[in-house]
Amino acid sequence: MNEKLKSALRAFVPEVLVHTGLIVAYLVTVLHFLGSWLYHLYKENRETYAVVALILIVVQGIFLEELAHALLKLIRPKEPSSGPSHQQ
Amino acid sequence: MNFPISDVHIAPIYLILVGFVVGVLGGFFGVGGSFIAGPALFGFGLPMGFVIGTDLAHIVGKSVVAARKHYSLGNIDFRLGGLMIIGTIPGVECGARIIEYLKGTAWINQVIGGTFIVILVFISAFTAWEGWATLKAQRAKAKENGSRDEKPAARNQKDHSVFAFLAKHVQRLNLPPFVRLPASNIKRISLWIVIGVSFLGGFFSGLLGGGAGYIRMPSLVYILGIPTHIAIGTDLFEIIISAGYGTFTHALKGNVDILVALVMHTGAVLGAQLGVALTPYVSGPRIRLAFFPLPLIGAAIIAHGLISGHNVP
Repeated sequence: MNEKLKSALRAFVPEVLVHTGLIVAYLVTVLHFLGSWLYHLYKENRETYAVVALILIVVQGIFLEELAHALLKLIRPKEPSSGPSHQQ
Repeated sequence: MNFPISDVHIAPIYLILVGFVVGVLGGFFGVGGSFIAGPALFGFGLPMGFVIGTDLAHIVGKSVVAARKHYSLGNIDFRLGGLMIIGTIPGVECGARIIEYLKGTAWINQVIGGTFIVILVFISAFTAWEGWATLKAQRAKAKENGSRDEKPAARNQKDHSVFAFLAKHVQRLNLPPFVRLPASNIKRISLWIVIGVSFLGGFFSGLLGGGAGYIRMPSLVYILGIPTHIAIGTDLFEIIISAGYGTFTHALKGNVDILVALVMHTGAVLGAQLGVALTPYVSGPRIRLAFFPLPLIGAAIIAHGLISGHNVP
C-alpha cells in the first residue's frame, strides 16, 4: 500500500473513534428524549415535523463533525496533518 | 428496536452497517447510495413510501459531511451546482407528485421497483463498458508514447473518456443562453442542457428516492463533460439541495421516519469521511469502472424482494 495512503488512513482512525463516540451519544439523546415527541409531532403537526427532521439530520452532520475536529485538536495539538483528505 | 413513526421493528446494527456502506460509496463515488440503502430498507420491512422519504433524509446529512470534505479538496464547481438548482427543484417535485399518485394504486411497489431495476442495470452496463474501454485506450496510448513512468498523482489528475465525443457535441450545441464553467474547464455550454440534466436528476430523486447521484454523476461526466472528481463533489452539493428539498416535501406527505434516518446516519457519516479520503488516490476511469457492480447489487436486492414478497432479515 502506498505510504501516503497508509499515513492518511492512520490519521483517520482517531477521527473515526471520536466521531463514533459523539454520534452514539447524540443518537441516544435524540432517541431517548425526542423519540416520543417526534412521533406526536409526526401525527399532529406535519409542517413542524418536516422542519425539525431536516434540522436534526443536518445538525447531526455539521455540528458533530465540527465538534469532532475541535476534540481532535485538543487530543493531538502538535501532530501535523497528513494526507490530502485532512486539509480542512 | 421499534420505530413508532413507520411502525416497523428493525435491529439498529443493520441500519448502521447499511449507513456505513452507503457512506463510503457516497464519499468515494459522489452518489447518495440509494441504490443500496433503498432496497435494504425495503428488505428490512419499511413500506416503500417510507423507504423513499427516509432514505432522502439520511442522504442529506451524509452528503453535507462528504461535500464539506470534497470542498476542502477543491472538487466542487459552485457555479454549476447553483445553476443546476433551477432544474433540480421542479424535477424533485414532479417525481414526488408521481409517487403521491401511485400511492393511491395497488401497484406502487411493482412500478417503482421495476423502474429502479431497469435503470440500475443500464447504468451498470454502461459505466462498466465505458470505464473498461477508456482504461484500455489509455494503456494502448501509454505504450505507444512510452509514458508508463508517469507519476500516479499526475495520472489521476487526467480524466479521459472514450465517450468524450458526446460531451464535445453537447458543448457545441447552439442553444442560447450560454454559460461558462471555468472550474470545470468548460468554455461554453447551453444553460438549457445544464437545466435538463439537473431536472432529470431531480425527477429520479423525487420518484425513486435518494439523491439520484447514479443518474446525475454519470450525466455530468458523459453529457456535460465535467471531470470525474469535480462531478463527484458537485453532485454531492446538488444532492444536498435535491435530497433536502425531497426530505421536506416527503416529510410533509408523511413519508419520512426521521428516527430510522438518524440511526442510519450514524454509520453513514463515518463511511462518507472514509470514502472521500480515498478519492485522491484513484483516477477518473478507475472510479467509473469500480462503480459498475454497485447498481447491480441494488437491482438484485429489489428484484428478490419483489419476486419473493419476503423481507431480507
